[in-house]
Amino acid sequence: MKPKKKHSKFKSKDTLAAYLFISPMLIGIFIFFVFAFLQNIYFSFNKVGAFDTPTFVGIDNYRRLLTDPIFLIALKNTIFYTVLGVPLVVFFSILIAWFLNQKIKGQSIYRTAIFLPAITMPAAIGLLWRWLLNYQYGIVNYIIVKLGGTAVAWLSDTNTVKWAILLVLVWSMVSYQVIIMLAGLQGISKTYYEAAEVDGASKWQIFFKITLPLLSPTIFFVTIMSTIGILQIFDFIFLMIQRTAVAYQYSMSLVSYFYELAFTQNLRGYASAVSIVLFVIILIITVIQFVGQKKWVNYD
Amino acid sequence: MNNKKFKFFIHIVLIFFTLIMLGPFIWMFLTSIKTYEESIRIPLQFFPKDIRWVNYQIVYEKFPFLILYFNTIIVSVATIIGQLFIVSLSAYAFARIKFPFKNILFMGMLALMMIPGQIFIIPRYQLMVGLKLTNTLTALVLPSLFSVFGVFLLRQFFQSVPIELEESAKLDGCSHFRIYWQIMLPLVVPGMIALGILTMLNTWKDLMWPIIVNRTMSKMTLSAGLAMLIGQHTTYYEQVMAGAVISVFPMIIVYLIFQKQFVESIAKTGIKG
Repeated sequence: MKPKKKHSKFKSKDTLAAYLFISPMLIGIFIFFVFAFLQNIYFSFNKVGAFDTPTFVGIDNYRRLLTDPIFLIALKNTIFYTVLGVPLVVFFSILIAWFLNQKIKGQSIYRTAIFLPAITMPAAIGLLWRWLLNYQYGIVNYIIVKLGGTAVAWLSDTNTVKWAILLVLVWSMVSYQVIIMLAGLQGISKTYYEAAEVDGASKWQIFFKITLPLLSPTIFFVTIMSTIGILQIFDFIFLMIQRTAVAYQYSMSLVSYFYELAFTQNLRGYASAVSIVLFVIILIITVIQFVGQKKWVNYD
Repeated sequence: MNNKKFKFFIHIVLIFFTLIMLGPFIWMFLTSIKTYEESIRIPLQFFPKDIRWVNYQIVYEKFPFLILYFNTIIVSVATIIGQLFIVSLSAYAFARIKFPFKNILFMGMLALMMIPGQIFIIPRYQLMVGLKLTNTLTALVLPSLFSVFGVFLLRQFFQSVPIELEESAKLDGCSHFRIYWQIMLPLVVPGMIALGILTMLNTWKDLMWPIIVNRTMSKMTLSAGLAMLIGQHTTYYEQVMAGAVISVFPMIIVYLIFQKQFVESIAKTGIKG
């Protein structure tokens, strides 16, 4: 935003109107965001059960996190999902969007089909993939065996359960992000391509020298959004893995652990500390990404 | 590669990705019209001998879909209407009125978008318990009325309305509210539709808040209800898949009709301001 000329005086009629206009929003934001945020920070320094009043415990909750094996697993899993998930989502969404942006017949049919998971509720996706990944009768294992592999206990083997979650996560997220990538591709002016074709550039050169740099703001946006989204992964883990099974722990993310602590074990102060840690992680990663973008994102 | 070969190659790739994205839905439907024996037959049987619609009836009788649908629709409509009103009022003020602390307030709101939603959940839950609003549809609507993203989105639409329209109305002595209501609001309808669609999608998809705040089936949304279905019956997958079809089918129909609007709305989340 450009710096504007300072207005030393506001019209009082305008000021009154403006505050009346924003007051419902401000009140709501104060209650559900600002106050809630501060209260959550306060809780993280307290022991809070389901019904009793909070008792102050200082930084005990945070200290306990350092030696809590389940927290460390959840942290490791969350990092696993993010480090693998974000590049996969970005890569496939660029790839599919590029193909969907080519001028060929039937493009609208492909688009309709590929965007479908984006508008489907995670609860249904979870149910669906539980069935697809079923050990004995699932179609995924059927295909794997047909191709000469061995069936995988996707949802119960403690080693593979993370990969199953990652698979569904990427599948559903790509569908959504492709829509944004495609809009980004469509926003690139055709004159760039025409100029490049006149110069005799190959498709390959056009993609790397023109498309990618001009798409970089969208790529950056998708990277940020999918990072923040995956760091908060909860739905598919909750829906696809039996919560009483051993595998649940091996797939658990920070948010799953937060949920279990806060609403099944009623350790709300401790859960608050987990959510604060997640907030700090998101903050740091986003800041790093915003600083790093200057090196590769191209705004003109 | 010549042009014809190139186009053929694109078709092949797109058919591959279409199969990956659409295939699971087709399999969901095929399973839902099989008998139990057919659904677990090995080697896999792709098509049932007879279409077994009765699975739908069974799952419909076992599971209160009508109530879940009703709740989901009520919650989405109430959220969308309330949110559009609250959000557009403040987006108008931020876009069009000069007032003290405007930039600070706006920046503060943007900063809130950075905070992960889980942070607010325990205090919000305690608040709902305190207000005796747990197990009500109100609890599902209230926190979603105040969409910071919505203010951000609609503000851009208000800013793009030519200033002349507003100035002539001001000369006629119109109040801010009349300018907002009669002149500006009709001009930002595309923005409101986009926000409405995104809010609807979020309401349908949201899982964590609904399962926390409402524990009785009669006050659940479809998403939360389905999560319970998973807990209860997972042996008869042909029935579970019928349930999944019942819950995604109407949304798919809406999407097929309003596809352009859906896609544009989602694409708008990617526009940087």
